[in-house]
Amino acid sequence: MRILEAESVTKYFGGMAAVSDVGFHVDKGEILGVIGPNGAGKTTLFNLISGALPLSSGEIRFKGRKTSGLKAHQICRLGLARTFQLVKVFGNLSVLQNVMLGSLFGKQVVTSQADAMREAMESLEFVGLAKEINAPAKDLTLGNQKRLEVARALATKPEVLMLDELMAGLNPTEISEAIADMKRLKDQGITIIMIEHVMKVIMSVCDRIIVLHHGKKIADGTPQEVTTSSKVIEVYLGDSEIECSTAG
Amino acid sequence: MNRVALTSKKFLLPGLMIIALILLVTSPSYISAYKVMLLTSILMYIVVSVSWAIFSGPTGYISLASAAFFGVGIYTAAILGRILPLTYVIIIGGLVSVVLALIVGVITLRLKGMYFAIFTFGLVELLKHFLLWWEINITGTRGRFVISVHSETVFYVMIIIFVAVLLTAYLIKHSKYGLALQSIGEYEEAAEHIGINVTMVKIATFAISSFFIGSAGAIIATRWTYVDPYIAFNPIFSFMPVLMSIFGGLGQLFGPVLGAAFFAYLEESLITKFPYHYMLIFGIILVVAILYLPDGLIGLAKKWKKGSLSSGLVELLQKRQKGRKEV
Repeated sequence: MRILEAESVTKYFGGMAAVSDVGFHVDKGEILGVIGPNGAGKTTLFNLISGALPLSSGEIRFKGRKTSGLKAHQICRLGLARTFQLVKVFGNLSVLQNVMLGSLFGKQVVTSQADAMREAMESLEFVGLAKEINAPAKDLTLGNQKRLEVARALATKPEVLMLDELMAGLNPTEISEAIADMKRLKDQGITIIMIEHVMKVIMSVCDRIIVLHHGKKIADGTPQEVTTSSKVIEVYLGDSEIECSTAG
Repeated sequence: MNRVALTSKKFLLPGLMIIALILLVTSPSYISAYKVMLLTSILMYIVVSVSWAIFSGPTGYISLASAAFFGVGIYTAAILGRILPLTYVIIIGGLVSVVLALIVGVITLRLKGMYFAIFTFGLVELLKHFLLWWEINITGTRGRFVISVHSETVFYVMIIIFVAVLLTAYLIKHSKYGLALQSIGEYEEAAEHIGINVTMVKIATFAISSFFIGSAGAIIATRWTYVDPYIAFNPIFSFMPVLMSIFGGLGQLFGPVLGAAFFAYLEESLITKFPYHYMLIFGIILVVAILYLPDGLIGLAKKWKKGSLSSGLVELLQKRQKGRKEV
């Protein structure tokens, strides 16, 4: 079942198309990787899906319902949560409060403070932060702040979770832990869309990958298909002639 | 902190507050009429500061519109005071402020930082000059007389508004919206993405907080008997709540209360004792406060409690002794 569909999504910043005529879909329960060189439009695409930016043209549908045109908070309540490339935790609030906010506001059902606290604890236990609940979020390490962002997004009970470079800045141990977390999320039936540069992660967890370059989608397929695609290799490594000349 | 201390604190604070309130309510029977008026002024500043802090404290949007809401309340009293009973005048004064806040909120809350502050301050000037123009060109008058009310009545009404604003501030702070306001102050974009209707929360809080400023203006106007746009829309009422709240400490509900009480009293006593130099002394105290009390009076009290002040001193002394020994 297609849980999220994008149809010829385009976004202009001034005269430049940051995302141009991109169409793709995500099936329920899969992990979709979004890769591409810097400036390819990956984060812009995320911002369009999550409602942070309005589309210039095109349409995005979540569970068959058109979401382009809705505000970010409305999209979140429908069941689409995200994290940020540069962590945006509420530094002066406690870890627990950060996550409780997700539970209190991120769902369509009204949640009492007591229920929110219980749900927040569940999310925090899931990401392994249950011991730090009273610390101000700004005191956490970067790795833990990223975990906190995931917990906060999970507290909104999303069906689709969008992770924007979750692994950036994490050490190898933290990366393996995060990979395990992602697999557990998948087991819970949560669909994941992730922007990622760490190839090890992409190859080991993604069911499917789309590749963006200069705002256009240039490939869409399984990790094997994408990594063997000549177009993708060209984008990442330059075309073969240049490769040879620099090598020689 | 242990459980006993927590529970005793739980009952101690409301108890103290009720005693303070009883003392306040009964005060006209045992203090002079002048002191009742002084208390009224202090309460007025507390109302304006706490109202300001309800919205601006957690969100960090520095609103300079307080004088506009205050002035709107004052003019409501001046216009409606003759035809309506006092209660209605005060409530309408608050409601007109709410309407104004809603309009301003819809237009400006997309603005951030300095732009929001400047726009809200512009609003005060805009209203002032609009009224001046109106009085000169349309009604041909200058200023208005306000029906005066007994000073004890003014005092009691101010106490009611004071209790109402404290209750409202407390309820908002401890509701989920209080948490949401804080998150907006930290990262508005992230707040939006976890389902908080940021625009709605901001506008609603801004409007609610303006109600009390407007009604405080409506009741205090009755004490002034004559108002004109310069008196009603005096920019000092935009800046005082900001200064008082920051001086008291923004993080806690009692910060603005303490700051406003301290400054209102200070202003009054300085005016009577040093009528020519009071602004100078006032300014110096402010500068010192901002330099040395970044978290306000409340922050200072907390530091004291934690003992970091005294332990800091001990540390300093130890360092000195060490230095001497080494020499």
